[in-house]
Amino acid sequence: MDWLLHPWPWYVAGPLIGLMVPLMLFIGNRSFGISSNLRHLCAITQPPQVDVDFFRYDWKEHTWSLVFVIGTALGGYLAGVTFANPEPVQLSAAAQGMLQAWGFALPVAQSLAPDELFHPGVRNFTFLFACGVLVGFGTRYAGGCTSGHAITGLASLQLPSLIAVLGIFGGGLLASWFLVPYMLYG
Amino acid sequence: MFRYLPYLFVGILFGFVMIKSEAASWYRIQEMFHFQSFHMFGILFSAIATAMASIQIIRRLHRRQALDGQVIDIPAKPPGRKSYLYGGLIFGFGWGLIGLCPGPVFALAGTGSLGAMIVLAGAMHGTWLYGALKQHLPH
Repeated sequence: MDWLLHPWPWYVAGPLIGLMVPLMLFIGNRSFGISSNLRHLCAITQPPQVDVDFFRYDWKEHTWSLVFVIGTALGGYLAGVTFANPEPVQLSAAAQGMLQAWGFALPVAQSLAPDELFHPGVRNFTFLFACGVLVGFGTRYAGGCTSGHAITGLASLQLPSLIAVLGIFGGGLLASWFLVPYMLYG
Repeated sequence: MFRYLPYLFVGILFGFVMIKSEAASWYRIQEMFHFQSFHMFGILFSAIATAMASIQIIRRLHRRQALDGQVIDIPAKPPGRKSYLYGGLIFGFGWGLIGLCPGPVFALAGTGSLGAMIVLAGAMHGTWLYGALKQHLPH
Protein backbone atom coordinates (compact mmCIF):
# COMPACT_ATOMS: atom_id res chain seq x y z
CA MET A 1 0.00 0.00 0.00
CA ASP A 2 3.07 2.20 -0.07
CA TRP A 3 2.15 3.62 -3.47
CA LEU A 4 -1.01 5.11 -1.99
CA LEU A 5 0.97 7.16 0.50
CA HIS A 6 3.88 8.40 -1.56
CA PRO A 7 3.76 11.04 -4.30
CA TRP A 8 3.37 9.75 -7.84
CA PRO A 9 6.01 10.37 -10.53
CA TRP A 10 5.03 12.52 -13.51
CA TYR A 11 4.84 9.52 -15.88
CA VAL A 12 2.06 8.02 -13.74
CA ALA A 13 0.21 11.22 -12.85
CA GLY A 14 0.36 12.89 -16.28
CA PRO A 15 -1.20 10.04 -18.31
CA LEU A 16 -3.90 9.59 -15.64
CA ILE A 17 -4.79 13.28 -15.96
CA GLY A 18 -4.76 12.96 -19.76
CA LEU A 19 -7.16 10.00 -19.51
CA MET A 20 -9.76 12.36 -18.00
CA VAL A 21 -10.43 13.63 -21.53
CA PRO A 22 -11.49 10.30 -23.15
CA LEU A 23 -13.21 9.16 -19.93
CA MET A 24 -15.46 12.22 -19.88
CA LEU A 25 -16.15 11.81 -23.62
CA PHE A 26 -17.08 8.15 -23.16
CA ILE A 27 -19.26 8.70 -20.12
CA GLY A 28 -21.46 11.36 -21.65
CA ASN A 29 -19.77 13.29 -24.49
CA ARG A 30 -18.46 15.92 -22.06
CA SER A 31 -15.44 18.17 -22.48
CA PHE A 32 -13.00 17.95 -19.60
CA GLY A 33 -12.64 21.31 -17.83
CA ILE A 34 -12.89 22.57 -14.28
CA SER A 35 -13.23 26.35 -14.18
CA SER A 36 -16.76 26.47 -15.66
CA ASN A 37 -17.92 25.10 -12.30
CA LEU A 38 -17.11 28.48 -10.77
CA ARG A 39 -19.70 29.94 -13.12
CA HIS A 40 -22.25 27.29 -12.14
CA LEU A 41 -21.62 28.00 -8.46
CA CYS A 42 -22.33 31.69 -9.18
CA ALA A 43 -25.49 30.75 -11.07
CA ILE A 44 -26.65 28.71 -8.06
CA THR A 45 -25.91 31.39 -5.48
CA GLN A 46 -26.73 34.60 -7.39
CA PRO A 47 -29.48 36.44 -5.50
CA PRO A 48 -32.51 37.20 -7.73
CA GLN A 49 -32.17 40.98 -7.20
CA VAL A 50 -28.60 40.95 -8.67
CA ASP A 51 -29.54 39.10 -11.84
CA VAL A 52 -26.44 39.29 -14.07
CA ASP A 53 -27.28 37.81 -17.50
CA PHE A 54 -24.14 35.68 -17.62
CA PHE A 55 -25.43 33.63 -14.69
CA ARG A 56 -29.04 33.35 -15.83
CA TYR A 57 -29.20 29.82 -17.27
CA ASP A 58 -30.31 26.40 -16.15
CA TRP A 59 -27.32 25.27 -14.10
CA LYS A 60 -29.05 21.93 -13.44
CA GLU A 61 -27.99 20.86 -16.95
CA HIS A 62 -24.43 21.00 -15.64
CA THR A 63 -25.02 18.84 -12.55
CA TRP A 64 -22.61 16.24 -13.98
CA SER A 65 -19.80 18.84 -13.84
CA LEU A 66 -20.60 19.84 -10.26
CA VAL A 67 -20.67 16.15 -9.29
CA PHE A 68 -17.21 15.83 -10.86
CA VAL A 69 -15.72 18.60 -8.67
CA ILE A 70 -17.43 17.22 -5.57
CA GLY A 71 -15.54 14.03 -6.48
CA THR A 72 -12.35 16.10 -6.90
CA ALA A 73 -12.69 17.41 -3.35
CA LEU A 74 -13.37 13.87 -2.06
CA GLY A 75 -10.34 12.58 -3.94
CA GLY A 76 -8.33 15.41 -2.40
CA TYR A 77 -9.46 14.33 1.04
CA LEU A 78 -8.53 10.70 0.35
CA ALA A 79 -5.10 11.56 -1.06
CA GLY A 80 -4.28 14.37 1.35
CA VAL A 81 -5.77 13.12 4.61
CA THR A 82 -6.62 9.38 4.52
CA PHE A 83 -3.50 8.46 2.55
CA ALA A 84 -1.45 11.51 3.50
CA ASN A 85 2.18 11.61 2.41
CA PRO A 86 4.29 11.46 5.59
CA GLU A 87 7.14 13.33 3.87
CA PRO A 88 7.35 16.97 2.75
CA VAL A 89 7.50 17.78 -1.00
CA GLN A 90 10.85 16.63 -2.43
CA LEU A 91 11.91 19.75 -4.29
CA SER A 92 15.01 20.06 -6.46
CA ALA A 93 18.09 21.55 -4.76
CA ALA A 94 17.79 24.64 -6.98
CA ALA A 95 14.21 25.26 -5.84
CA GLN A 96 15.16 24.82 -2.19
CA GLY A 97 17.94 27.38 -2.47
CA MET A 98 15.60 29.81 -4.20
CA LEU A 99 12.90 29.45 -1.53
CA GLN A 100 15.44 30.05 1.20
CA ALA A 101 16.62 33.22 -0.52
CA TRP A 102 12.97 34.34 -0.67
CA GLY A 103 12.68 33.92 3.11
CA PHE A 104 10.68 30.69 3.21
CA ALA A 105 11.40 28.18 5.97
CA LEU A 106 13.35 25.03 5.05
CA PRO A 107 12.76 22.13 5.12
CA VAL A 108 9.45 22.97 3.45
CA ALA A 109 6.21 22.31 5.32
CA GLN A 110 4.63 18.87 5.17
CA SER A 111 1.51 20.43 3.68
CA LEU A 112 1.46 21.23 -0.04
CA ALA A 113 1.11 24.96 0.61
CA PRO A 114 3.53 27.09 2.64
CA ASP A 115 2.40 28.23 6.08
CA GLU A 116 3.93 31.62 5.34
CA LEU A 117 1.07 32.27 2.88
CA PHE A 118 -1.72 29.89 3.92
CA HIS A 119 -1.67 30.08 7.71
CA PRO A 120 -5.00 31.63 8.85
CA GLY A 121 -4.72 35.38 9.37
CA VAL A 122 -6.18 38.60 7.99
CA ARG A 123 -3.14 39.43 5.84
CA ASN A 124 -2.83 35.93 4.32
CA PHE A 125 -6.54 35.48 3.72
CA THR A 126 -6.88 38.90 2.10
CA PHE A 127 -4.03 37.97 -0.22
CA LEU A 128 -5.45 34.51 -0.99
CA PHE A 129 -8.89 35.96 -1.67
CA ALA A 130 -7.45 38.62 -4.02
CA CYS A 131 -5.46 36.00 -5.93
CA GLY A 132 -8.58 33.85 -6.10
CA VAL A 133 -10.38 36.79 -7.73
CA LEU A 134 -7.64 36.93 -10.41
CA VAL A 135 -7.96 33.18 -11.01
CA GLY A 136 -11.76 33.30 -11.25
CA PHE A 137 -11.86 36.43 -13.40
CA GLY A 138 -9.06 35.28 -15.70
CA THR A 139 -10.30 31.74 -16.27
CA ARG A 140 -13.79 32.90 -17.20
CA TYR A 141 -12.43 35.72 -19.41
CA ALA A 142 -10.22 33.15 -21.18
CA GLY A 143 -13.03 30.58 -21.21
CA GLY A 144 -11.04 27.86 -19.45
CA CYS A 145 -8.10 27.00 -17.24
CA THR A 146 -5.26 24.52 -17.27
CA SER A 147 -7.63 21.58 -17.78
CA GLY A 148 -9.93 23.05 -20.45
CA HIS A 149 -7.23 24.91 -22.43
CA ALA A 150 -3.82 23.36 -21.73
CA ILE A 151 -5.07 19.76 -21.75
CA THR A 152 -8.39 19.43 -23.63
CA GLY A 153 -7.75 22.43 -25.93
CA LEU A 154 -4.13 21.71 -26.88
CA ALA A 155 -4.84 17.97 -27.25
CA SER A 156 -7.59 18.79 -29.77
CA LEU A 157 -5.26 21.25 -31.56
CA GLN A 158 -7.29 24.41 -30.98
CA LEU A 159 -5.61 27.75 -31.67
CA PRO A 160 -7.60 29.71 -29.02
CA SER A 161 -6.28 27.31 -26.38
CA LEU A 162 -2.69 27.83 -27.54
CA ILE A 163 -3.16 31.60 -27.17
CA ALA A 164 -4.68 31.09 -23.71
CA VAL A 165 -1.84 28.79 -22.61
CA LEU A 166 0.77 31.31 -23.76
CA GLY A 167 -1.06 33.97 -21.74
CA ILE A 168 -1.34 31.70 -18.69
CA PHE A 169 2.33 30.80 -18.75
CA GLY A 170 3.36 34.42 -19.38
CA GLY A 171 1.26 35.65 -16.47
CA GLY A 172 2.66 32.93 -14.21
CA LEU A 173 6.26 33.79 -15.14
CA LEU A 174 5.66 37.48 -14.41
CA ALA A 175 4.20 36.75 -10.98
CA SER A 176 6.72 34.09 -10.03
CA TRP A 177 9.80 36.05 -11.11
CA PHE A 178 8.91 39.62 -10.22
CA LEU A 179 6.49 39.44 -7.28
CA VAL A 180 6.80 36.18 -5.38
CA PRO A 181 10.52 36.70 -4.47
CA TYR A 182 9.61 39.86 -2.53
CA MET A 183 6.29 38.69 -1.10
CA LEU A 184 7.54 37.92 2.40
CA TYR A 185 9.53 41.18 2.55
CA GLY A 186 6.67 43.43 1.42
CA MET B 1 -28.92 10.14 -9.56
CA PHE B 2 -27.20 6.93 -10.70
CA ARG B 3 -26.27 8.44 -14.04
CA TYR B 4 -23.99 10.91 -12.24
CA LEU B 5 -22.01 8.21 -10.45
CA PRO B 6 -19.37 7.78 -13.20
CA TYR B 7 -18.61 11.53 -12.96
CA LEU B 8 -18.20 11.19 -9.21
CA PHE B 9 -15.71 8.33 -9.58
CA VAL B 10 -13.69 10.04 -12.30
CA GLY B 11 -13.73 13.21 -10.19
CA ILE B 12 -12.39 11.30 -7.18
CA LEU B 13 -9.57 9.87 -9.32
CA PHE B 14 -8.77 13.37 -10.62
CA GLY B 15 -8.67 14.88 -7.11
CA PHE B 16 -6.50 12.01 -5.90
CA VAL B 17 -4.03 12.59 -8.74
CA MET B 18 -3.98 16.37 -8.15
CA ILE B 19 -2.67 15.75 -4.63
CA LYS B 20 -0.44 12.72 -5.31
CA SER B 21 1.22 14.45 -8.28
CA GLU B 22 1.79 17.52 -6.07
CA ALA B 23 0.29 19.66 -8.87
CA ALA B 24 -1.66 21.28 -6.03
CA SER B 25 1.56 22.33 -4.33
CA TRP B 26 2.58 25.98 -4.31
CA TYR B 27 6.19 24.81 -4.03
CA ARG B 28 5.95 22.71 -7.22
CA ILE B 29 4.41 25.61 -9.15
CA GLN B 30 7.24 27.99 -8.19
CA GLU B 31 9.77 25.27 -9.12
CA MET B 32 8.02 24.94 -12.50
CA PHE B 33 7.96 28.66 -13.30
CA HIS B 34 11.69 28.80 -12.53
CA PHE B 35 12.45 25.73 -14.68
CA GLN B 36 14.13 23.96 -11.75
CA SER B 37 12.55 20.54 -12.21
CA PHE B 38 11.02 18.52 -15.02
CA HIS B 39 8.25 17.17 -12.77
CA MET B 40 5.40 19.59 -13.62
CA PHE B 41 6.39 19.79 -17.29
CA GLY B 42 6.44 16.00 -17.43
CA ILE B 43 2.91 15.93 -16.00
CA LEU B 44 1.60 18.53 -18.47
CA PHE B 45 3.31 17.09 -21.56
CA SER B 46 2.36 13.48 -20.83
CA ALA B 47 -1.22 14.51 -19.99
CA ILE B 48 -1.53 16.39 -23.30
CA ALA B 49 0.07 13.51 -25.23
CA THR B 50 -2.28 10.96 -23.64
CA ALA B 51 -5.34 13.11 -24.32
CA MET B 52 -4.19 13.79 -27.91
CA ALA B 53 -3.64 10.09 -28.66
CA SER B 54 -7.03 9.23 -27.12
CA ILE B 55 -8.80 11.85 -29.24
CA GLN B 56 -7.12 10.54 -32.40
CA ILE B 57 -8.25 7.00 -31.58
CA ILE B 58 -11.81 8.12 -30.80
CA ARG B 59 -11.99 10.05 -34.10
CA ARG B 60 -11.12 6.86 -35.99
CA LEU B 61 -13.67 4.65 -34.22
CA HIS B 62 -16.65 3.40 -36.26
CA ARG B 63 -19.07 3.68 -33.37
CA ARG B 64 -18.24 6.94 -31.66
CA GLN B 65 -20.91 6.63 -29.02
CA ALA B 66 -20.85 7.71 -25.40
CA LEU B 67 -22.42 5.48 -22.72
CA ASP B 68 -25.64 7.49 -22.94
CA GLY B 69 -25.87 6.99 -26.73
CA GLN B 70 -24.70 10.46 -27.83
CA VAL B 71 -22.22 10.68 -30.69
CA ILE B 72 -18.89 11.85 -29.27
CA ASP B 73 -17.59 15.14 -30.60
CA ILE B 74 -15.28 17.81 -29.25
CA PRO B 75 -16.76 21.29 -29.54
CA ALA B 76 -14.53 23.99 -31.08
CA LYS B 77 -13.68 26.94 -28.82
CA PRO B 78 -15.28 30.19 -30.04
CA PRO B 79 -12.88 32.14 -32.32
CA GLY B 80 -11.08 35.16 -30.92
CA ARG B 81 -7.76 36.29 -29.59
CA LYS B 82 -7.99 39.07 -27.03
CA SER B 83 -10.13 37.29 -24.45
CA TYR B 84 -7.87 34.22 -24.53
CA LEU B 85 -4.69 36.26 -24.16
CA TYR B 86 -5.89 38.78 -21.56
CA GLY B 87 -7.85 36.19 -19.58
CA GLY B 88 -4.91 33.79 -19.68
CA LEU B 89 -2.51 36.49 -18.47
CA ILE B 90 -4.76 37.45 -15.54
CA PHE B 91 -5.40 33.84 -14.55
CA GLY B 92 -1.73 32.92 -14.95
CA PHE B 93 -0.68 35.86 -12.79
CA GLY B 94 -2.95 34.65 -9.99
CA TRP B 95 -1.74 31.07 -10.49
CA GLY B 96 1.89 32.17 -10.21
CA LEU B 97 1.16 33.96 -6.94
CA ILE B 98 -0.85 31.32 -5.07
CA GLY B 99 0.21 28.20 -6.97
CA LEU B 100 -3.35 26.95 -7.36
CA CYS B 101 -5.41 26.61 -10.52
CA PRO B 102 -9.09 25.59 -10.40
CA GLY B 103 -8.61 21.77 -10.34
CA PRO B 104 -6.10 21.79 -7.47
CA VAL B 105 -8.21 24.38 -5.59
CA PHE B 106 -11.07 21.89 -5.27
CA ALA B 107 -8.68 19.06 -4.34
CA LEU B 108 -6.81 21.10 -1.73
CA ALA B 109 -10.06 22.47 -0.28
CA GLY B 110 -11.08 18.81 0.11
CA THR B 111 -8.07 18.21 2.35
CA GLY B 112 -9.56 20.77 4.74
CA SER B 113 -7.19 23.62 3.83
CA LEU B 114 -8.93 26.82 4.96
CA GLY B 115 -6.63 28.83 2.70
CA ALA B 116 -7.76 26.86 -0.37
CA MET B 117 -11.40 27.51 0.58
CA ILE B 118 -10.65 31.25 0.74
CA VAL B 119 -9.07 31.04 -2.74
CA LEU B 120 -12.22 29.26 -3.95
CA ALA B 121 -14.42 31.99 -2.47
CA GLY B 122 -12.23 34.59 -4.19
CA ALA B 123 -12.41 32.70 -7.48
CA MET B 124 -16.23 32.67 -7.31
CA HIS B 125 -16.21 36.44 -6.77
CA GLY B 126 -13.77 36.91 -9.65
CA THR B 127 -15.99 34.82 -11.92
CA TRP B 128 -18.99 36.90 -10.89
CA LEU B 129 -17.06 40.11 -11.56
CA TYR B 130 -16.29 38.87 -15.08
CA GLY B 131 -19.96 38.10 -15.65
CA ALA B 132 -20.93 41.58 -14.49
CA LEU B 133 -18.28 43.37 -16.60
CA LYS B 134 -18.37 41.08 -19.65
CA GLN B 135 -19.90 43.53 -22.14
CA HIS B 136 -17.34 46.24 -21.30
CA LEU B 137 -14.28 44.01 -21.89
CA PRO B 138 -12.39 43.49 -25.17
CA HIS B 139 -13.04 40.00 -26.56
